[in-house]
Amino acid sequence: MTTEPKPRATREAYGDALLKLGAEHENVVALDADLAGSTKSGKFGAAFPERFFNIGVAEANMMNMAAGLAISGKVPYASTFAVFATGRAFDQVRQSIAQPRLPVRICASHGGITVGEDGCSHQSVEDIGLMRMLPNMRVVVPADYNQAFAAVMESYRLAGPMYIRTGRPGVPPLYGRVPSGLGSGADVLKQGSDISIFACGIMAAKALAAAAELKKRGISAEVVNVSIIKPIDVDTVAESLSKTGCAVTAEEHSIIGGLGDAVSEVAVEHVPVGIGRLGIKDVFGKSGHPDQLLEEFHLTAGHLAELAGLVLQSKGC
Amino acid sequence: MVAAAGSGHPGGSLSAADIVAALYFHVLKHRPQDPKWSGRDRFILSKGHGAPVLYAALARSGYFPVNDLINLRKIDCHLQGHPDMHKTPGVEISSGSLGQGLSVSIGMALALRLDKLPGHIFTLLGDGESQEGEVWEAAMAAAHFRLKNLTAIVDANGLQIDGFTKDVMNVEPLKEKYAAFGWRSRTIDGHDMKEIIDALQWSRTGEGPTAVIAKTVKGKGVSFMENNAGWHGKAPTREEAELALTELRGAKTPGKGSR
Repeated sequence: MTTEPKPRATREAYGDALLKLGAEHENVVALDADLAGSTKSGKFGAAFPERFFNIGVAEANMMNMAAGLAISGKVPYASTFAVFATGRAFDQVRQSIAQPRLPVRICASHGGITVGEDGCSHQSVEDIGLMRMLPNMRVVVPADYNQAFAAVMESYRLAGPMYIRTGRPGVPPLYGRVPSGLGSGADVLKQGSDISIFACGIMAAKALAAAAELKKRGISAEVVNVSIIKPIDVDTVAESLSKTGCAVTAEEHSIIGGLGDAVSEVAVEHVPVGIGRLGIKDVFGKSGHPDQLLEEFHLTAGHLAELAGLVLQSKGC
Repeated sequence: MVAAAGSGHPGGSLSAADIVAALYFHVLKHRPQDPKWSGRDRFILSKGHGAPVLYAALARSGYFPVNDLINLRKIDCHLQGHPDMHKTPGVEISSGSLGQGLSVSIGMALALRLDKLPGHIFTLLGDGESQEGEVWEAAMAAAHFRLKNLTAIVDANGLQIDGFTKDVMNVEPLKEKYAAFGWRSRTIDGHDMKEIIDALQWSRTGEGPTAVIAKTVKGKGVSFMENNAGWHGKAPTREEAELALTELRGAKTPGKGSR
């Protein structure tokens, strides 16, 4: 008899992987802006106090300090909530991290609306878009604890700036063990022939559930977990689009600027087919329990299956 | 240089010229043939629009040919309108968006301390730039981390694009503000070479960060540019440039400004 695996938050994986990196590499340093307990960077801080810098409530200063550390040979991990990392400090990230191509790892937690009760001021639904706009920036959205752990471990070896988005609540496991890395950043979780579902973050598990629901209706859906939103794996996305001829995307982010747009861009340039985008429909979030919010903003397996059905109806038009 | 480019920032370059000259030709420990030498001091131009004076100092130090200077801001030249660390040897960090250099310097100073390297960081800010809130986030952090290997130099020329700093948004008293944030601070005449060098050498001593408020004249050395905000971001014509160079060449040893 097996017990149901426990949901774990991707931010927990960040804290655990960062601690491991710190033990393995002397040049790993970490910064936080008074949210070390929430982002989980505090674990690193407790183990390596001389390499941990809590900057206080000053995100702009933190990002530029990370840049200075990176120039000087350190591999800095800077964390705060996604809304502050990308919005509050956008110009600092642009001018002093992205343009100079510095290996700063911006590991932002509390992405999306599942921040919950804190409401729209703390719910980032624009961060993927903001970071995706920046030249040189790698944008990563892991789907579960194991993938997030792999993303953080792998980040140490990669050149250039990187944005890794993690979330607040526990998410069900998708990967049975920690993968060796993210690979191309587009994993086909389930093969299918009628429609492609591209999902990231917490929506990857819901995409599998939506595919199961579609199967009951005789629809064969292919599910692709896109963990690297930029640079997106054009070959895998285009191949899936060619096979199925239509797609839906699913993300805990605005339908503008995120995964939906990234997949649409591939379609427009390589395989022009019909695409439906499931996401936050160009509005701000609100307070509530995360599950209530997911229902309210239609980020459920049921809504995803419904959208897939609508896209399939117009397939070929 | 700026005249040939047809655009640029002559006023704030001239106000900082004596400070930058003191740094590159007397204060900084650096090796122009080995720009990444680990034992070097670092100069950070936080007021990135002062790029022309930095480029002149780098060229005269031997980082790249002096002849490059005439191609400032040209499409195929490495000398960008604002400093780019990947294009120009000797530029430590890209800058241009104001208020960020002091924070970057803190990161560098912490890294040098972790690596037990002897280098000292000298960061040049404008007084107008000091209106950016991030400067004060950085001021707080540098004192908090007791960074004795960090010196902030404020090129306090009293002017910004829209007019006198005291009219647009008063930033004074800068010396007292830095002192209140926990820095050692001193005000000097930013055109008196002895005072500049004394202050910068003094800043290497002590147990925390040091601020040197250098009172300067925007457009220093060119009669028609001095203390005129109109020359913040405007290139002189060829005739104006020739007149300016004649005045600058005829200048006595940098000394008391016409403040």
